[in-house]
Amino acid sequence: MNSTLRQGRRRPAAKVPLGLMIVGAVFALGFLAVNAAIGYVVIDGRLDGQWYDIRDLGIAVEELKVQLDAINDDQPSFLDDIVGQHWMSYAVGALLGAIGILSFIGGALLALIWIERRLIGRMQIRRGPNRVGPYGLLQPVADAVKLIQKEVLMPDGADRILFLLPPAIIFVPMMAAWGPVPWAPQMAYLDINVGVLYLIAVSSLTTLAVFLAGWASNNHYALLGSMRTVAMMISYEIPLSIALLSVVLITGSMQLSEIVQWQADHNLWLAALLPIAMLTYFFSSTAELNRTPNDIAEAESEIVAGFHTEYSGMKFGLFYAVELGNALLVATLVATFFLGGWSLFGLEEWIPGYLILFAKLSAAYFVLVWLRGTLPRFRLDQLMRFAWQYLIPLSLFNLIIVAVEASLLARWDAPGLVSLGLFTIVNWGAAYILFRDWARRIGYQPDAGGPRRAELTQQVGGIEAAHRMGTAT
Amino acid sequence: MTTATEPYVLNIGPQHPSTHGVFRLRVVMDGERIQDMDMVVGYLHRSMEKLAEERTYTQNIPFTDRADYLAAMSGNLGYCLAVEMLSGVEVPERASYLRVIFAELQRIASHSMANGTFVNDAGAWQTPLMYMFRERERILDLFEMTGGARLTTNYMRIGGVAFDPPPEFFPAIESLVSDLPDRIDEYAELLIDNEILLARSRGVGTITAEDAINGSLSGPMLRGSGVPWDLRKAEPYCVYDRMDFDIPVGRNGDAYDRFLVRLEEVRQSTKIIQQALDALPAGPHKTDTPLALRPEPGEAYGRVEGPRGELGFYVVSDGGSAPFRFHIRAPSLINLSLLREMAIGASLPDAIVALGSVDIVVGEIDR
Amino acid sequence: MPAGPRQLTGDTVASALSAALPGAVATATAEWVEVEPARILDALRWLHDDAEMDAKQLSNLCAVDRHDRFEVVYHLQSMDRNHQIVVKAVVGEHDDPALPSCYPVYKGALLQEREVYDLMGIRFEGHPDLRRMFLWEGYPGFPLRKDFLQIPDHHPGLPKFPFEEPGVQAR
Repeated sequence: MNSTLRQGRRRPAAKVPLGLMIVGAVFALGFLAVNAAIGYVVIDGRLDGQWYDIRDLGIAVEELKVQLDAINDDQPSFLDDIVGQHWMSYAVGALLGAIGILSFIGGALLALIWIERRLIGRMQIRRGPNRVGPYGLLQPVADAVKLIQKEVLMPDGADRILFLLPPAIIFVPMMAAWGPVPWAPQMAYLDINVGVLYLIAVSSLTTLAVFLAGWASNNHYALLGSMRTVAMMISYEIPLSIALLSVVLITGSMQLSEIVQWQADHNLWLAALLPIAMLTYFFSSTAELNRTPNDIAEAESEIVAGFHTEYSGMKFGLFYAVELGNALLVATLVATFFLGGWSLFGLEEWIPGYLILFAKLSAAYFVLVWLRGTLPRFRLDQLMRFAWQYLIPLSLFNLIIVAVEASLLARWDAPGLVSLGLFTIVNWGAAYILFRDWARRIGYQPDAGGPRRAELTQQVGGIEAAHRMGTAT
Repeated sequence: MTTATEPYVLNIGPQHPSTHGVFRLRVVMDGERIQDMDMVVGYLHRSMEKLAEERTYTQNIPFTDRADYLAAMSGNLGYCLAVEMLSGVEVPERASYLRVIFAELQRIASHSMANGTFVNDAGAWQTPLMYMFRERERILDLFEMTGGARLTTNYMRIGGVAFDPPPEFFPAIESLVSDLPDRIDEYAELLIDNEILLARSRGVGTITAEDAINGSLSGPMLRGSGVPWDLRKAEPYCVYDRMDFDIPVGRNGDAYDRFLVRLEEVRQSTKIIQQALDALPAGPHKTDTPLALRPEPGEAYGRVEGPRGELGFYVVSDGGSAPFRFHIRAPSLINLSLLREMAIGASLPDAIVALGSVDIVVGEIDR
Repeated sequence: MPAGPRQLTGDTVASALSAALPGAVATATAEWVEVEPARILDALRWLHDDAEMDAKQLSNLCAVDRHDRFEVVYHLQSMDRNHQIVVKAVVGEHDDPALPSCYPVYKGALLQEREVYDLMGIRFEGHPDLRRMFLWEGYPGFPLRKDFLQIPDHHPGLPKFPFEEPGVQAR
């Protein structure tokens, strides 16, 4: 027996080595120095608008496209007549953007698996992955290799095509939804003017793949999971859309870059101005994402893994990756819509916008992980009730308030500090009153169901004693 | 227009995250609502009762570890009490105190596990379970320190306990006992007022006091339904009559009340351990008994308040060195008597929470 | 001497029982009362309903194979009076034993009677769901019976323990 066990003591927790701390500090200082240098050079005006301005990689791509267009004009191609004048710059721009987004998501997914497991480990007073590579950093790689090696099993009686299709098609909406995200002022892959509409449309496509997977698996658990998903998606799309509608109303645009620009211009995050919309959006998103406390579609303790119960190997890996990717997407959208996107009160002049966005989305992602590490799960009917009786009326009230505020904002010529400050106070007051009173209105009683402490007694007995104590039911 | 629905059969288990072992429920469901339920057990049946008829009384002690493997000490204790009752072996006072200490430690470990897995069944992602494992781990360290084994302890003997705890045991248990109240408060803070847990477990799996008694329920199931029945008070064995502790009793008889009762019992067990440690007398920890005990023909029913309820051992002797009949009254199995009543009409998640609140150990169900 | 510290003597129970239900008691000892198997349900119902006996819970039910007969043992518990009653019913038939089920009185007998049926093969008539429990339907024989897979000249247990000499004690 180990002598430490004998003494009933624990080994002291391993300390972060000094060398690593120094390396980390050097990196952090270097990061700050580089940023400061970029900021200085840019403000100085010497490199303004040049393609190597790394605050905004979009500028570099634009520069490249201009050059390509020039070449295209010099040497016309026979394709110009068929696909348009500047097809080359479109193709190159699209490829670069797609590769950029793909590599970001791919890298982020691998990192996120590690981060999430480490974080959850910390929350659960254990260490998380720490064996493969330094600090377990290679664990996601090892997992991926394992998943690729594993056999993909198909249940007897499953519809072959429909079974193999969903892991592939579920990837499409997840990737497509990254299009309109503005990473920096010029750095959006698909800066369309109906960005919000596009996002809602694309993200609800996931449901189809999930339903397909559940249906084709020929398994009751999978079917239950997919039915739950569909029920939940239908319910939670509504408060989610209404919450985004209030954002659209107040900023006057459906273009994501415009929404961020509005927040940058007014130096106000929409999370502060629209607390109800923010909370509704966040909660509805967790429902759409199948994450705790709303992970009923793959509720482990009830229906094993829900719609992907029967998937193994990389087919399961794809579902898992999409789930993480969607979580990352929601964190990004929360950061974009409500936390000011790439803007940071003028600091975006100094720090690249995509790094600011990354910091914000990491914060939002941390909240998702935190919820997962803390809360139990709702029941399906409770979630449905919560959506239809609570979130939808609340977000409708919020929409009315915001509509009034938006029309006032259009007519009232007060300085932003006065009008928006006033609206912020009004909205927070409304949020407090609505969240509290609407819960009571739909029948929630904080102290319902009797005391939350067991009765204590010294006297044993049976049913008579129970009646005497008043505890018999 | 009405939509015709068709009931279907769902097999929950034998491999399922919420059955805590190889236990299977065949559920007839209409959508998410349970219409009928049948439980299929026996995957872990090791025929202990038959095997015990071939072994001496002492050799049977390890079986009691492996029946309820989360509460091995309680199993040991119940069996040893039954055999001592049968054979009239006296137990030294120190051994009785040590038995109380270890049985209560085991209760804390088992209840921690039960509450952790219960909240897991309600959907928490392992966190409460891991927190509860922290204390369980320290208790298992104490077991290892004393008897060398952590899970299947095989620690109690007929006429005492196998080993006296080593000197370093006492500071370790003192620090554990002084830490525990704060830790229990921590869990209470995390879980008792958790709105989601309340919504999931209040009014779920409700059993009335009459039904609980009539359905032979025992332990936290019975006390959760409001019946103040605890064998440690009703029929004090060892030295429980000298201990000052309370019986926690629920008011509604639902899953949440059972959870509360278990949480409070951990607190009471801490009190008992402290008192037993303070009063622990010096002396031998074991009387010498013959290796092959041959009790007079007769029978005895020894029972203890195990973590899951009345853990009884019915031992019949025909005068030989092996018991003529060895029966374990398994609270895990008998507490499931009302599972069907609890599950029918409930939705699948509610049934899972109700099953989780019963706190089954499949090794004990199947034996 | 009663086995449990809070056990009613069989004689006490027997006298009360035979006063209420004449002819129901077969024999009685200090520890238990033996009831005629045909009357077991009546006896248990009376013990359950009687205010003095108050046996509201069937705490344990098991069976013992005595080679030529089966004893079914009921441990009854009164919680308000805090005493225990041991009732036995002896089934003489060894090939196809049967006994009335006590499920109508005690719901807790549901699984315990199923277990006894599964391992001992005693049919409980009136049980709502009497099927094999641990073993599967069609399993040959009932393993807890003494004659299950009987080996000739085999005596269970050790006739003599290796160190079993007078004065040699377990360490």
